[in-house]
Amino acid sequence: MQKNMSDTVQVKGRSQASAQDKRHTFWKRISRNWELYLLIAPAFLYFLIFHYGPMYGIQIAFKNFLPARGITDSPWVGFDHFIRFFNSYYFWDLIRNTLTISLYQLIVGFPLPILLALAFNEIRNGWFKRTVQTVTYAPHFISVVVMAGIIVTFLSPSTGIIVKMIEWMGFSSPAFLTDPAWFKTMYVLSGVWQSTGWGTIIYLAALSAVDPQLHEAAIVDGASRWRRIWSINIPTIIPTITILLILNVGSILGVGFEKILLLQNPLNMSSSDVIDTFVYRTGLLNVQYSFSTAVGLFNSVVNALLLIAVNQVARKTSEHSLW
Amino acid sequence: MAAVIKESRSDRIFLLLNYVYLAIALICVLYPLVYIVSASISSPTYVNSGEMWLFPKGITFEGYQRVFENQSIWQGYANTILYTVVGTLVNLLVTIPAAYALSRSDFVGRGFFMAMFLVTMFFSGGLIPTYLLVKNLGLVNTMWALILPGAASVWNIIVARTFFQSTIPKELQEAAHIDGCTNLRLFWKIVIPLSAPIIAVMALFYGVGHWNSYFNALVYLNDESKYPLQMVLRQILVLQEMTGSGIGAATSGEAAMAMNQRADSAALLKYAVIIVSTLPIIAVYPFLQRYFVQGVMIGSVKG
Repeated sequence: MQKNMSDTVQVKGRSQASAQDKRHTFWKRISRNWELYLLIAPAFLYFLIFHYGPMYGIQIAFKNFLPARGITDSPWVGFDHFIRFFNSYYFWDLIRNTLTISLYQLIVGFPLPILLALAFNEIRNGWFKRTVQTVTYAPHFISVVVMAGIIVTFLSPSTGIIVKMIEWMGFSSPAFLTDPAWFKTMYVLSGVWQSTGWGTIIYLAALSAVDPQLHEAAIVDGASRWRRIWSINIPTIIPTITILLILNVGSILGVGFEKILLLQNPLNMSSSDVIDTFVYRTGLLNVQYSFSTAVGLFNSVVNALLLIAVNQVARKTSEHSLW
Repeated sequence: MAAVIKESRSDRIFLLLNYVYLAIALICVLYPLVYIVSASISSPTYVNSGEMWLFPKGITFEGYQRVFENQSIWQGYANTILYTVVGTLVNLLVTIPAAYALSRSDFVGRGFFMAMFLVTMFFSGGLIPTYLLVKNLGLVNTMWALILPGAASVWNIIVARTFFQSTIPKELQEAAHIDGCTNLRLFWKIVIPLSAPIIAVMALFYGVGHWNSYFNALVYLNDESKYPLQMVLRQILVLQEMTGSGIGAATSGEAAMAMNQRADSAALLKYAVIIVSTLPIIAVYPFLQRYFVQGVMIGSVKG
């Protein structure tokens, strides 16, 4: 009622207003809420300085950055750094490692939270469900450093419990920490252990939106549990799955490199070096600012393009997309 | 779901398998956690030989004793508490007011601000330009290098904004305005008191992030006395283990002996240090789980 009234008042006001009045009300709308600009000012400054500031600094990817002359006055070199990167012998190794780790993670890690959430959804709320949820969520809060510590401790060739278990079963254990062939599996499976439980929350939220009447009707019609999951629950969470899949594919060149950096050692480097660890090493440790900025820029541009492309595909093939 | 009709045989088998599946998931996640707790109070001899595999054996608290005697762990702990408290305060001061402003439909320019924030989610300047900026601002080797570059997260702003949009009725704001209440007063006296749940969720998200982060410290701090706990842990848990047994096994002679000795002393305290460093979070987590889950769910509505 009230809303309607205010609407008609507005419409009447608008029809009478000349262009000048319109501008006048525009400024009035701004000045009436001037304090809101005060509230958003800290966030605005933060993003301007710490996110758009570095974007201004990206230009050193096309320059030879000389610390004495600063970002703006360093000489331009065009695409030299990019060409050097594309022609380097490690270029394809980096791309391959980054892509395989991401895809491996996506293929193994993406479906598991969905399966677990569907399983949670089948059982009644009780102590068992609560216990499993609390326990499986917990590893989410373990820091990357502790996680890496747990991995190297459990897989230590002389004392690790997992190595010991493999030996008890009568096999000889591979050198998980130093064998390049095992690095990716170690990285992906530890990630599964840490984040599968937490990943169910978003699907459980989506599943809670299922209308119980649908299930009741299906039960009356004699649909089995399996059938109801397949025809009611899964279609309900498809939008959530699509959105998360888009986001995941969009960040495919941005693997969780903090963990990789911790687990990396000279022996497994051939399969553990990804673009981000390479940027860290050449940029901050070897102080090749311009070159590593170029490599990082290549990475973010590919990511942004992938995200747009995947979103486009999703929009064409289904009605769910980010924008 | 009310079982109106008696479940069929196949449904019961399905349900049973479902329970088995969940039980396996439970064991897989729980086992490493139990092992770490047991190992932290067991004699390293049993732990290292694999004789201790589930329940504590040869109970000793020497690991914890070593942790409490370790000066750098204490220092790291104190630093982390400082960084977490100050950092979370800064996060809240930036996030909550911005989220409230963005939740107001009569806020001219909200689309612009929202777009400006969202772009940073998908495109960033990258590691090196950010490093150069922090360096130019003179923040390197100060606490602010760990706090200011992450003063807000777009995701959390969106979560808080969604909360304000759904819990602060528009009528409340209109009534306040009619009574001559300014926006700042409205925010401070009415919105904030109504927003305890979202402030708690935000404080938790940001707080855990600060507690667990190491990378910014690795990049920006070079003074060891300023290291947060995670950097100290990195030295104890990862670097020593890597050199002590990973690569030490490949070398031989005296160097390897020395390395093994160092690894032994690290072995004694590494489980205890995992517990001590993770305890503050794990101890409060079951009580706050509700809030964490709420936070993720609010986010998923708009996400």
